[in-house]
Amino acid sequence: MSAAGANRIAGAGRLTPANTVRFTFDGRDYTGLEGDTLASALIANDVHLVGRSFKYHRPRGIQTAGPEEPSALVGIRRDAARHVPNIRATVQEIHDGLAAVSQNRWPSLAFDIGAVNDIGSPLFSAGVYYKTFMWPKAAWKHVYEPVIRNAAGLGVAPDQPDPDRYASRYVHCDVLVIGGGVAGLAAALSAAESGAQVILCDENANMGGALRFEGEAKLDGLEGYEWAQQAVDRLSVMDNVRVLQRTTAFGYYAQNFVGLVERVTDHLPAPDPDTPRERLWQVRAKRVIIAAGAIERHMVFANNDRPGIMLASAARMYLNHYGVAVGRKVGVYTANDSAYAAAIDLKKAGVDIPAIVDLRTDPDSGLVEEAKGLGIRVLTGHAVTGAGGKLRVASMTVEPANGGSKAEIIPVDAIVMSAGWTPSVHMYSQSRGKVVWNEESQRFLPGEYPQDAVSVGACNGTDGLQASVTEALAAGETAAKETCPKAKKSGVKITVDGEGKWAGNMVGAGPGAGAGKVMKAFVDFQNDVTAKDIRLAVQEGMHSIEHVKRFTTNGMATDQGKLSNLHGLAIAAEALGRPIPKVGLTTFRPPYTPTTFGAIVGHARGKLFDPTRKTPMHVAEEAAGAVFEDVGQWKRAWYYPRAGEDMHAAVNRECRTVREVAGMFDATTLGKIEVVGPDAAQFLDLLYTNPFMKLGVGKLRYGIMCREDGFIYDDGVVARVAEDRFHVTTTTGGAPRVLHHMEDYLQTEFPHLKVWLTSTSEQWAVIAVQGPKAREIIEPFVEGIDLSNETFPHMSYAEGKVCGVPARVFRMSFTGEAGYEINVPADFGRQVWDAIYERGAPMGMCLYGTETMHVLRAEKGYIIVGQDTDGTVTPHDAGLSWAVGKKKTDFVGIRGLNRPDLTAPGRRQLVGLKVKDGKTVLEEGAQIVANHNQSPPMNIIGWVSSSYWSENCGHPIAMALVEDGFNLMGKTLYVPMPDRVIEVEVRDTVFFDKEGGWIHG
Amino acid sequence: MADMQFSRELPLAGMMHGGPGVSISAAPEANRINLRAGDDALAGLSKGLGITLPKKPKTSASNGSRHALWIGPDEWLVIDEEGDPAADCAKVKAAHSAVDVSHRNTAILVSGPFAADVINAGCPQDLSLEIFPVGACSRTVFGKIEVVLYRTAEDAFRVECWRSFSDYAFEFLKDAARGA
Repeated sequence: MSAAGANRIAGAGRLTPANTVRFTFDGRDYTGLEGDTLASALIANDVHLVGRSFKYHRPRGIQTAGPEEPSALVGIRRDAARHVPNIRATVQEIHDGLAAVSQNRWPSLAFDIGAVNDIGSPLFSAGVYYKTFMWPKAAWKHVYEPVIRNAAGLGVAPDQPDPDRYASRYVHCDVLVIGGGVAGLAAALSAAESGAQVILCDENANMGGALRFEGEAKLDGLEGYEWAQQAVDRLSVMDNVRVLQRTTAFGYYAQNFVGLVERVTDHLPAPDPDTPRERLWQVRAKRVIIAAGAIERHMVFANNDRPGIMLASAARMYLNHYGVAVGRKVGVYTANDSAYAAAIDLKKAGVDIPAIVDLRTDPDSGLVEEAKGLGIRVLTGHAVTGAGGKLRVASMTVEPANGGSKAEIIPVDAIVMSAGWTPSVHMYSQSRGKVVWNEESQRFLPGEYPQDAVSVGACNGTDGLQASVTEALAAGETAAKETCPKAKKSGVKITVDGEGKWAGNMVGAGPGAGAGKVMKAFVDFQNDVTAKDIRLAVQEGMHSIEHVKRFTTNGMATDQGKLSNLHGLAIAAEALGRPIPKVGLTTFRPPYTPTTFGAIVGHARGKLFDPTRKTPMHVAEEAAGAVFEDVGQWKRAWYYPRAGEDMHAAVNRECRTVREVAGMFDATTLGKIEVVGPDAAQFLDLLYTNPFMKLGVGKLRYGIMCREDGFIYDDGVVARVAEDRFHVTTTTGGAPRVLHHMEDYLQTEFPHLKVWLTSTSEQWAVIAVQGPKAREIIEPFVEGIDLSNETFPHMSYAEGKVCGVPARVFRMSFTGEAGYEINVPADFGRQVWDAIYERGAPMGMCLYGTETMHVLRAEKGYIIVGQDTDGTVTPHDAGLSWAVGKKKTDFVGIRGLNRPDLTAPGRRQLVGLKVKDGKTVLEEGAQIVANHNQSPPMNIIGWVSSSYWSENCGHPIAMALVEDGFNLMGKTLYVPMPDRVIEVEVRDTVFFDKEGGWIHG
Repeated sequence: MADMQFSRELPLAGMMHGGPGVSISAAPEANRINLRAGDDALAGLSKGLGITLPKKPKTSASNGSRHALWIGPDEWLVIDEEGDPAADCAKVKAAHSAVDVSHRNTAILVSGPFAADVINAGCPQDLSLEIFPVGACSRTVFGKIEVVLYRTAEDAFRVECWRSFSDYAFEFLKDAARGA
């Protein structure tokens, strides 16, 4: 017995016996060899039972040797945070210290309580969830769903953040070859030698595809696998080739955009922390050569899921690549030639083969003779109708395929099977290609190509090694010539000297698993779908394969029916009495195999999840103790608490200070757009509701921008810098969309206007100084502008210098105070801010944040677009009719504003609310009713849009959109809250300085 | 107060990162304009700027310290670490829009044999030398932000972005350089 497992065959396989690897499975120590997958290492140690099934909790083993594995799903654990569920044991390579655990079993893998589902299985047939747990309604949420969710589901998700890092890379190439089997390698060699830029990817640890197990194949005089490795070596050193191993093409998107995920470190015992665990490659290929091969199908017979039953090709792979026999007494059940090779290889390795059971009456005589020559009993025209044993297969029941004589029970400890090979058309289908049924070979093959792609080899239905190589070489050279201008003849020649036999094919349930039989003959192992379930779906009226799929969940598990789709379809077609192509095949969708969120997220985690935007003054605000709030991606100073102050106290102080002395505010995040050109005024006149033609140079105007439908889109202050130049401001959140809105209209509606738009949002740092002492504070810093009220009144604009740097100064106010907004080039912002603060602070000026800004503007009834408007508010509804140019004949929204429903009475209009108790601050968003005694559902006539405590007024203030609000002045309305009803009185929106004198200083 | 002498505080001032095969650093300060103009103004603007404005997508033209990058059918980004392109445009009579964006943008220099690979972590453009040769430029995306990418040498790029996105761009490049 080898140290690396009792089933390890001396001299077989390609692994080095000295290179042992220690790992654990369910806490037990095992030894494997470097290069083993978890599956090969477990089988070497005679472990076949690795998990419990999803629905019936049936014991399950390893059924394949590749990514198509439906059953052998385990959890892999590196440390507390690195626990990955549902890893296919057939894909995971072992390394020292690897810890694997079985899933979906309790208390142990061998004794699992959930297995009662298997006994009670008539209750769990197809469609059970749709039919059983419907009543009473409340029970679903509180009883059925929690119980089902606990019992079902595979694996346990980690509860800690993923400590690994993931990388991403965009890459372009002439030719992307998906699959590194013989066809893929030949195509890649041919394209690469022709001079094309080539990417070759293969999902396995070793390239070669079927050459890894098919010993008969000889290429260029070499054993197939050896040839493949030499081909990989040759490609790897070429400058125009990128070879990606352990890399799965998981998604084929529009315009030959293909997603690959490379597993970089999962097979390493101690990965370098700088190395990403996985790397996402987003490839844009001029041509895609799909060389995805074919996947063997299982046979559908009773208890075909017992551990120890697997695909014939998998058994060959375990023997010829890993040097592992899957059993000591292996039965063979086939409808295909290739299983003979498995039997012959195993027999030659010293494994007992009690019988080859061939469903066909007249298989290839050469193969039969060869098997018989080795002393193997061959039963043609026979079927395996059942498997004995529970935690491990113990026997197979063999009967003549057409029934008749008595069944024979043959003891075995493994069964290998083959129903034939399904071409892997997943990538082709994902590229939006429609597969076509080939009646003669009973398989779906690629039809027309909607994208620039071609399939070669087994996935294209090309049988035989010679034919595949010839096809692939031609495809590679053609691809190079058609995508790469300087391509030449490839000159690659490959001689084929020997090949395996792959003929034979059956789809659907085998004999003994036909209609009317009570048994579990599995079609889909991962979702526990049996042949009977599919017939039941048809009986229940599901006539489309899409409905059968959803009713039974056939093909809906993480393996996406790689083994089961065709069998399921054939059984449904038989039950429906219709030919297979009439029933149809479901569409393949990405991802081809499960793909981690990490790979898709890539670098976009933590700090890089989303940009955090900070203004130039951020550091100074931070030092001044600001609390920041997120406004989109921006960090904005919210309020500046002093020692002992909570938010409420800080905001009250800031509000008072601005009105009594002065305050300074960072308004940098406002959107800014420079509108330049001889037609700039005309353009703005069309974009805003206000008139702009006559705005003088050096003047400001508040403007409202509507959409075509007449609803308010944005607002802001516009400065006329020169005859042909305007400085437009937008809301913080509106900056990008307003620019796009303007550019859209400029290019589509007003292309005749000579005007250009440039975003200057980040060119300027904006420092607002507001309050009675604002001018006194800034005056000493300002050069070239006479700030006196007479020459620089409210709504004026001038250029000059502030603190010696060029500045654009706006005399404007969003507080109702006399104030200035100083724009300086952003790289000077912090220094100008500090200079003004150093002078202003001793004079009593404070810094104020967005909360105080909100309160002060609400005291004046100034709206915030997006807070006091919701996309259904016109300028008239907002009480801003004065801002709509009466004499204007055109502007964006003018026709919308004249629509009957926008001019009809009873629209919601913006009004002020006085809270009658004088102290309750209403909740923003609270609903308003006229009759609070009405029982629910009440007639809602409006909602509160803005609401604050106003320290300056000494009472709460609020604005609301209320039906016919302008006509309800002085009326009492009600705001029903969960615990009480609040009485309010409708009033105008200006709560402070009604005469508006303060703003002029 | 006229004695104040402020100098520019660049958002990434002094930032530098050396990784295996790639180095990432903040570019020195520069003057920039965003230039928009129709065909009728190109001759005058080219003369004023001392540079023939390129008309082909993804191309640039340089004269000494001044570089004009084509970024749209009627749009150029002009970068100059010494002279003032805005002042030069101001003398041109033909209608155009020259807007000072010196402080709106900042730049990151990425160089080394892995420079293109590191940028391709977040930028979907084909950066092979055949498709994106020295002097090529493009307004494109990098991760979640917009950048203007300019190849200054076979293994060197200038990444221009708006100043508040520069921290994100720098951190992304650093992350991509890890284990590149």
